[in-house]
Parts: sequence; C-alpha cells; structure tokens
Amino acid sequence: MSKQLIFGLFLLLSLGLFTYTLFRLASFFRLTRKGFKVDRIGERITTTLLVAFGQTKILRKPVIGLMHALVYWGFMVITIGSLEMMIDGLAETERIFGSWGILYDFITASGDIFAAIIILSCFAFLARRHLMKVKRFSGVEMTTKSNMDATAALTMILILMFSLIGMNTGYLVNHRDDIVGSYPISSLLTGLVSVESAHMIQETNWWIHIVLIFVFLNILPYSKHFHIIMSIPNVFLTDLKPMTQMNNMASVTKEVKLMMDPNTAFAAPAEDAPPPERFGVKDIEDITWKNYTDSLTCTECGRCTSVCPANITGKLLSPRKIMIDTRKRMNDRGPGLSKDPNFDDGKSLVGDYITAEELWACTTCNACVQECPVNIDQVSLIMDMRRNLVMEESNAPKELVQMFTNIENNGSPWQFSPDDRMKWAEGLSLRT
Amino acid sequence: MEEIERLSEENQPQATNGAFHVPTVAELKAKGEEPELLFWVGCAGAFDDRYQKVTRDFVKILHKVGIKYAVLGTEESCTGDPAKRAGNEFVYQMQAMKNIEMLNGYNIKTIVTACPHCFNIFKNEYPELGGTYEVHHHSTFLQQLINEGRLKVADGGEFKGKTITFHDSCYLGRGNGIYEAPRKILEALDANLVEMRRNRSKGLCCGAGGAQMFKDAEKGDKEVNIERTEEALETNPSIIATACPFCMTMLTDGVKDKNKEQEVKVMDLAELIVKANNI
Repeated sequence: MSKQLIFGLFLLLSLGLFTYTLFRLASFFRLTRKGFKVDRIGERITTTLLVAFGQTKILRKPVIGLMHALVYWGFMVITIGSLEMMIDGLAETERIFGSWGILYDFITASGDIFAAIIILSCFAFLARRHLMKVKRFSGVEMTTKSNMDATAALTMILILMFSLIGMNTGYLVNHRDDIVGSYPISSLLTGLVSVESAHMIQETNWWIHIVLIFVFLNILPYSKHFHIIMSIPNVFLTDLKPMTQMNNMASVTKEVKLMMDPNTAFAAPAEDAPPPERFGVKDIEDITWKNYTDSLTCTECGRCTSVCPANITGKLLSPRKIMIDTRKRMNDRGPGLSKDPNFDDGKSLVGDYITAEELWACTTCNACVQECPVNIDQVSLIMDMRRNLVMEESNAPKELVQMFTNIENNGSPWQFSPDDRMKWAEGLSLRT
Repeated sequence: MEEIERLSEENQPQATNGAFHVPTVAELKAKGEEPELLFWVGCAGAFDDRYQKVTRDFVKILHKVGIKYAVLGTEESCTGDPAKRAGNEFVYQMQAMKNIEMLNGYNIKTIVTACPHCFNIFKNEYPELGGTYEVHHHSTFLQQLINEGRLKVADGGEFKGKTITFHDSCYLGRGNGIYEAPRKILEALDANLVEMRRNRSKGLCCGAGGAQMFKDAEKGDKEVNIERTEEALETNPSIIATACPFCMTMLTDGVKDKNKEQEVKVMDLAELIVKANNI
C-alpha cells in the first residue's frame, strides 16, 4: 500500500472517531437548560482576541503565563504546518505551501523556533508538577488521573515537538540543495544526521508527528486537556454581564407578579399549565448550556481555587471542584438521561458530588471568575445550586432563615423596627 | 408632624446654627417638590451603629455642597440583596418589586448609596424588573464632586503624610470596575496611599459577601477577615479605608482581634473627607 493510501485511511479513521466523540458530547447539550442570549457579537470578538488569542488573563501570572502563551502561540503557527503535512500526506507532495515564498520562510522559521521554546516550556511544566510543590496542583479534587493526564499531555507535546525538529533536520540534510523554508533551530542539528539516514529520519519523524497529532486529538475529549479545543469557543461565549450581576429568575418574577396583582393573587393555577421548572440546580438537567461548556473547558489549572477566600482559609469550597464535578456528573448520568428522560441513578450533583457545606462557603467575591484564563463562571453555578437548596430543599443555615424572616417582616436583614430607620439623622449639624 | 420635629430639633440647645434636617422624599412631595438625588441609606447605613456615622458624614457632605437630595426614611426597605445571594429569589423579588413601585411612584431618577451591594443590585439587577435609575456609589460620587471643584479637600491638613491603605470591595471593584475613584479621593487627601499585596482586581474579599455577613462561616482553619486584616496590617497603615458597610465591619473586627484598634482605624471615604475638611 502506498503512503498516500495508508495515510488517507488513518486520517479518515481518526477524524471519524473524533467527530463521533464530539457528537456524543454535543448530544448532552440537549439535556441542559436555556441560558443567556448570545448577542453583542462585536464585543465577543474583542473578548476572544484579547483573552483567547492575546492570553491576557493567563498573563496575570507573568512568568508562567508567558510560558503558556508562548506554547499557545507556537501551536497556532505549528498548526499551519500540520495542515500542510495533511495535504502532503494525501496528495503525495512535499511541503506544498513552499510556493508561498517569504511567508513560508516566516512560518517555517517561527514554527521551528517555537518548537524549541515549547520543548523548554514543557520541561519547565513537568518540573513544576513533579519536582516543585505548587499548592494549586493539589487539592481533594486533584485525582491521580488528573495528574497523569497532565504528565501524559506534556509528554505527547514533547514528542510532537522533538519529531517536528527531527523531521526538519532530516529534511535539511536530505534536501541540501533545494531547501524551501527556513529552519534556524534544526539547521544547528544537521551535523547529527548522516546523508544516508536523512531520508529515513525525515520520514519516520513525519509519521510520528502526524500520527501523534491525531492520537492526541482523540484523547483530548477524555482528558482535562480538552481546553485546547474548548477555550476559544468558551471565551467567545462568555456571559458579558458585570461579574457580580446575578440573573433574575423569570419563573419567580412571574409568580411574584401574580401574587402582587390582587386579581390573580388567590386564583388557582390554570389546569393546562406545564409543571413548574425546578428552582435552581440540583442535578445535571438543571444546568445551562454555558455551565456545561464551562465544565468541558476547565483544564484544572486551579487559579480559581488559589484565589478563593473560602479555600485559602481552609473551607471545603474549591471552585475548580465545582467544574470537575459538573463534568463528571454529566459523564456519569448524561448517557442514561439521553436514552430515558426519567433515568435515575439515585444520586444528584448537589448532595452526592457537591455538598451544601461547599456551596454555603462562597462569598460571591468573583475572584475565581476574575482569574479564570478561559472565562469560566463558577459563581453563577454555585448560586444556582444555593437557590435549589433554599427554594426546593429548605436547606439553609438557620441564621439565614432568620434573615429572610427579618427582611419579610421588617424590611431589613436585621431585627430592627422600620420605624427606627431615621434615628441616625437625629441631631445632625455642620460645624460652622 | 415632620415639620414640628424639624423645628424642635432646631431648637435643641446643643444644636448650633449649623443644625440641619435631612429631608425625606415624602416631605418634599408634600411641598410639591422632587429631589434631584435620592440618597439610599441602606440597612447597614440606617441600623449599624458604626455605619450610621458614615451615613451622617455623607449627608453632611451633601448638605454642605448644597445638593437637593432626600432620603426615603421609614419608607426605605432592604433591596433584597442578602436574600438573593443566600438563594432566596422570592424574598428578593418581592422586595425589588415593592421598592421599584415606590421609587417609580416618587419619580426617582438618580440614586446614590454608600453600600456597594445596594449599588450593584440597583445598577445591574433592578432594570430588568422595571427599575431603571442612574445609580452612583458614594465613592465615584464624591470623587466627581472633588473633580468638579464643588467639594474642597483641605490641603496639607489632617491626613498629610499619613499611611492609608484601601481595601477594595468585591461588588465595587471586580463587580463594577470601580478601582480608581476611591484611590483618587485618598490621594486628594494628601495621604500616603499604600497598596496591599492583593489589590484592585486581585483584591481579597473581606469575607462578608454572598450573605456571609448574616451567618457563621463554614469550618476552616482561619476567618477570611483575619486573613485580609493581616494583609492590611502588613502595610503598617494608620488608617484602613473602606467603601462598604460589610467590609468595614469585617476589618474593624479583624483589627480588634489583632489588638490594634488603638493604632489602626478603619474608616470610610466619606468620614475621611468630613474629617479632613472639618465639616
């Protein structure tokens, strides 16, 4: 079989598998609720350019942020080369973009340099994970799988980059006289490759590189590194509201309006009225599509948890865990729920995965939302879970129940008489 | 009735000729008038012993500048924010609808408040329920008065060279992007403004947001307000400036816990301006 045919089959198989996985994940969106409207497209594009492509939020930690940004920008350039490799593989050409002239020189040179930068960064990342004790890499939600995920991904990226440089070096020796493109790093290594082995080295590394790209692509949706695919869409789909703005529940508005209108206050509900939607989030069918997108995008970096005032002071709440649990719950219950809308495994997201104690520790300070490099909104989901605890389960700390009563009776969260609201104004005078 | 009270107040022996009365919207309405500005006092501003002082100082400034303002007095009622953040959307929306009905009934257009939680909910959450107003937090409002030259800040006075650190309220800063106005006020006081390690968008919460003010904290190894107070004290300030009633309570408690209440005062921006100007 020719290289063309083998490569064509391989490409078909891996893209087919990847498409199947994406459809499977996408089908879970049907289980989720409506969220906010995706409008203000111009603002979304700006946000995406800044936060995703510009890496502005990851750069809030300048040193490690810059390393991530370089890896990300490197991936962007190298992806052009991967696309070329795919066309080359299918069309049995070599460096088909070579006709682009100086632009091709620029792309290959920056790809070659970025490959070296990515190698250095990945070694630094591995060292941070395994040799240094970085606090945010630990926590109850950080399972062995999560840590293995990270190590596996970094190893794969390293092999990808080594094979790229190997391929370029083999190419340089193999094509001594008719080189297209520019390879500043690989050209330093040509002395290591003999003329006889050059073709073999180029070909072997080509295959390693292209096969690994597609293996990696198919592993991504099952690992925390799915953020490579999800980050840009998730940033584009950011809820553009001010961070501390909490949505008004439309179902409650309707009921409150009925209660305040003397004509309808005591009327029985219409018989054909649909059953009321559950208040807040108890399980996976109550989350919005954005909550689910957030959970798929989370790469468990822990920047949210490292700035959470509750977590810093030893409470159970970890915003990262909220995202991990949501994703896990969808994986556990989504398949059954897709087949049978009444599927019940006797568990729920709130209660069995996330405890009330975690939810009550949130101060809604939004430091987690501020720090998330891919614009995940942990606080809205936490608040929706609280709503369920209070409005469906009547499960609020007793001081808060007292506070509700105070507001209802006295119009103040404290037990003061509304008649005393002007006491502060007694005896006021300006110095003259 | 109010008129009699006002007169009797003016006749009190301790009252100097600087004594003044805080008008309510209802009083103005009875005279066929409307305020240009509603000062929303907030529950902490009305009932909390410590924050009442801030409320009093803020109206002194309003009075001094000569703005036609009024308060709602006994008609004011909780915005519903603590209930909402504690998960009780019903109590919140009942409060919101009642408040909106009253505010719209009085034809209120502009609101100023010294509470970031009231500010946030008026600005971001009431409009959808039919309550759209121009809303100011007192920090930006005061800064604007200084900018316009309507409020003079005594130069070289009370706070010259004193070390002040400013604690960002989450609902002001991260929530609504107000970071610089409070700092500009402190700079206008000629104070030596020092920043905590975590400031502005990286500021650490005082621990009271999200209805935590009204409940005990969950089990942990430290209180959030202690963590924040320690950070504030690292800057060796003579004053920790705040712009939120909850932050003020939390940090005041923190400073007391560290036995530093003699050396370090927790003060609101309005109080600092009143003190600097001897209003």
